[in-house]
Amino acid sequence: MAEGRSVDLFTIADKTFSSRLIVGTGKYSSPAVMVQAHDASGAEMITVAVRRVNISDRSKESLLDFIDTSKYFLLPNTAGCYTADEAVRTARLGREAGLSNWVKLEVIGDERTLFPDNEQLIEATRTLVREGFVVLPYTTDDPVVCRKLEDAGAAAIMPLGAPIGSGLGIQNVNNLRIIREFARVPLIVDAGVGTASDAALAMELGADGVLMNTAIAGAQDPVAMAEAMKLAVRAGRLAFASGRIPRKLYASASSPIEGLVGR
Amino acid sequence: MQITLNGDRYEVAGPLTVTELLAQLEIDARRVAVEHNLTVLKRDAFGATIVHEGDEVEIVNFVGGGSWMANG
Repeated sequence: MAEGRSVDLFTIADKTFSSRLIVGTGKYSSPAVMVQAHDASGAEMITVAVRRVNISDRSKESLLDFIDTSKYFLLPNTAGCYTADEAVRTARLGREAGLSNWVKLEVIGDERTLFPDNEQLIEATRTLVREGFVVLPYTTDDPVVCRKLEDAGAAAIMPLGAPIGSGLGIQNVNNLRIIREFARVPLIVDAGVGTASDAALAMELGADGVLMNTAIAGAQDPVAMAEAMKLAVRAGRLAFASGRIPRKLYASASSPIEGLVGR
Repeated sequence: MQITLNGDRYEVAGPLTVTELLAQLEIDARRVAVEHNLTVLKRDAFGATIVHEGDEVEIVNFVGGGSWMANG
C-alpha cells in the first residue's frame, strides 16, 4: 500500500510525470538560487518565456546554461502576449527554440489584472491545436470558457486561483469545484498561490496539478519554500484521494462514551 | 544592406544566410529560434535561408518567466 501511495502518476497528452508541481523561472535573485529551488521543488516540468535576444548586449548568459534539460521538461510560454496572433507566433518560435510542441498559452486581456482575453485564447488554442501543439491554456475560472477550451482541443485547462503574482491564494473555491466536476482533461491551477496551504487547498479541491512561480521565487528563502510547495502539493493530493470526513456543525467525540471514570 | 532585426534597423553586409548572420552576431544557433519575414525557420533551414535588404528577422531565446509579471 505504501508503494501504491508513492506511485501517483500524472499524465498530460503523451507525457507522464510523477510530480504534480510545475514551476517557473522568473524573478529569482540569481540562477544558482533558481537551480536549487527547482531541485527542492521536485518539479519535472519548468516553464520558460520566449523573448527577443538582446542584440546590443549579449553578455548575459542564456537561461538554458542553467537548466538541465535532460532532467526537466521545458514548457515554453507565451507570457506577455496580448493577441491570438502574437501568442501563436511566440508559440511557433518557442517550438523551434525548445524542440517540443508543448506550450503554456497565455493571451493577456488586461494589463492591471493580467486576466486572460478568453476570446483570443480560444482562437489561439484552436490554431495551435490544428498545428499539432499540445496546448495548456492559462484561463479565468469560468467553467464555460474551460469547456470551450477543451472543445478546442486543449490538453489541459489551467484556471487561475487568483491574479498572477498576487499571492492571494485560492479565491474561487466554488468555481474550481465546478470545473473539476466536468473537466475531461487535466486541471492545473495556474497563478494565485502565495504559500503552501494554498497549493494544498488547490490539490484538495481535486486539481491534477499546480503551476507557480512568484510564490517560490519571491519568498525570502525560495529553496525552502520550493520544498514546502512540493510537500503541500503531495499532501493535498493525498488528502483529496483519501476522501475527507464530512463537515458537521457540532462536535462528535473520538473517545468511547462508556466506562468514563466517576460516572 | 539594411534589415530589421528584432524590431530595430540593422546594418549588415549581405545578402547572407541566417547561419552567417548568427555567426556575425556571435549567437549560438542551438540556443535560439529565428523568424524570417514572419515565417518561423526550422533549425536545419538556417544555412539555406538568405536574408536580403529590407527583410525582417526576429531572433528569440528562452528567458526566465512563469507568467507575465515574472519577467522583471
